[in-house]
Amino acid sequence: MYAQEVKSTGSKPKSLSSMSAKEKAFQEKIDRGQRIEPKDWMPEGYRRTLLRQMGQHAHSEIVGQLPEGNWISRAPTLERKTILLAKVQDEAGHGLYLYSAAETLGKSRDEMTKELLSGRAKYSSIFNYPTLNWADMGAVGWLVDGAAIMNQVPLQRTSYGPYARAMVRICKEESFHQRQGFDIMMKMSFGSKKQKAMAQDSLNRFWYPSLMMFGPSDSESVHSAQSMAWKIKINFNDELRQKFVDQTAPQAEYLGLTIPDEKLKWNEKTEQYDYSEPNWEEFFEVISGNGPCNTERLAARNKAWDDGEWFRDGLLANSTKNQNSQIAAE
Amino acid sequence: MANELPLWEVFIRGQHGTAHRHVGSLHATDAEMAMNNARDVYTRRNEGLSIWVVPSSEIVASIPSKKGPLFDPSKDKIYRHPSFYNIPVEVKKI
Ligand SMILES: [Fe+2]
Ligand SMILES: [Fe+2]
Repeated sequence: MYAQEVKSTGSKPKSLSSMSAKEKAFQEKIDRGQRIEPKDWMPEGYRRTLLRQMGQHAHSEIVGQLPEGNWISRAPTLERKTILLAKVQDEAGHGLYLYSAAETLGKSRDEMTKELLSGRAKYSSIFNYPTLNWADMGAVGWLVDGAAIMNQVPLQRTSYGPYARAMVRICKEESFHQRQGFDIMMKMSFGSKKQKAMAQDSLNRFWYPSLMMFGPSDSESVHSAQSMAWKIKINFNDELRQKFVDQTAPQAEYLGLTIPDEKLKWNEKTEQYDYSEPNWEEFFEVISGNGPCNTERLAARNKAWDDGEWFRDGLLANSTKNQNSQIAAE
Repeated sequence: MANELPLWEVFIRGQHGTAHRHVGSLHATDAEMAMNNARDVYTRRNEGLSIWVVPSSEIVASIPSKKGPLFDPSKDKIYRHPSFYNIPVEVKKI
């Protein structure tokens, strides 16, 4: 999802009987549904996996501002512009909530920033696709934020307290994101022929990348098994993807748009939609740095960081000066 | 990148007359910047009537591994709870 490839310890979760006393008490606490808090003892693997996941999640929120930021200055009306601006500002906030949750585990903000800027840390594949026209603002809100909500709602119950609390705040804000996107899609789909064609084109381009957001099937993955035992991860990727398809297909129908999948159809027996898998080769290309916009996104983040350096330095110099003159006055 | 701005903890009192509650943290050089950032990061939807910002380094926290001895004194004082006392049913409203 926003964290699509979180490697855990790489081995199967231990059985209670093979755990040390500390590990056992820790696991039982999680099994009882109790939260783990920053200063509590935790297995090193839990800490590392959690940091990786929260890092990927936070970076996704931050990089996720870029495809939409691209359209703020070109929004069709002042109202749309203020809405988009508020949405993008929320995403910055989501990144900050998550970075500060990660910081409670003792990793510094600068360290995380460095991992993003150097390309060492991952962020969601979806943000490496371009936003070519205004209809894409609709599709992104509707599909991308829609998929994000699917994943983030269960994460409110994740075992790590600060992460779960950050997710509660984020979820409260997300439904506005999806609705403003759907609102744009309605305007376009029920507008002129040309507008509707733009909406359809946008759906065509964003459908499969949105399905990829949930990550490849992981029912056999030892990483997911360990993360689920620790309640860092709540659902399997396929489970959430199916839920997303089931929710979205009728919405597309309402808009009069066609999901670009000939196999997509309601299955009476399973009571869910059958659908085609996205191209996973493409996904692995994008996630490993070779998507259409990876270079551009990282360059934009690096530029923002480098261009802000004189300002951060100035702020720090000023506060040090003020502290020194305060000490001198005392 | 060694020049990280100091960390601050943010507390907000919501609309319903409750006490200030910890909502998260942020980085800022001084109190004024911390206050402005707290407003932007944590109260974009009218969540607060009042904000406290405190440098994280100023907070003293109890140690989780010592929570046994720390909270022990209150454990055996069950007479501090109203349910300790048996009040006859005839005596209403007490
Ligand atoms: Fe978000
Ligand atoms: Fe969002």
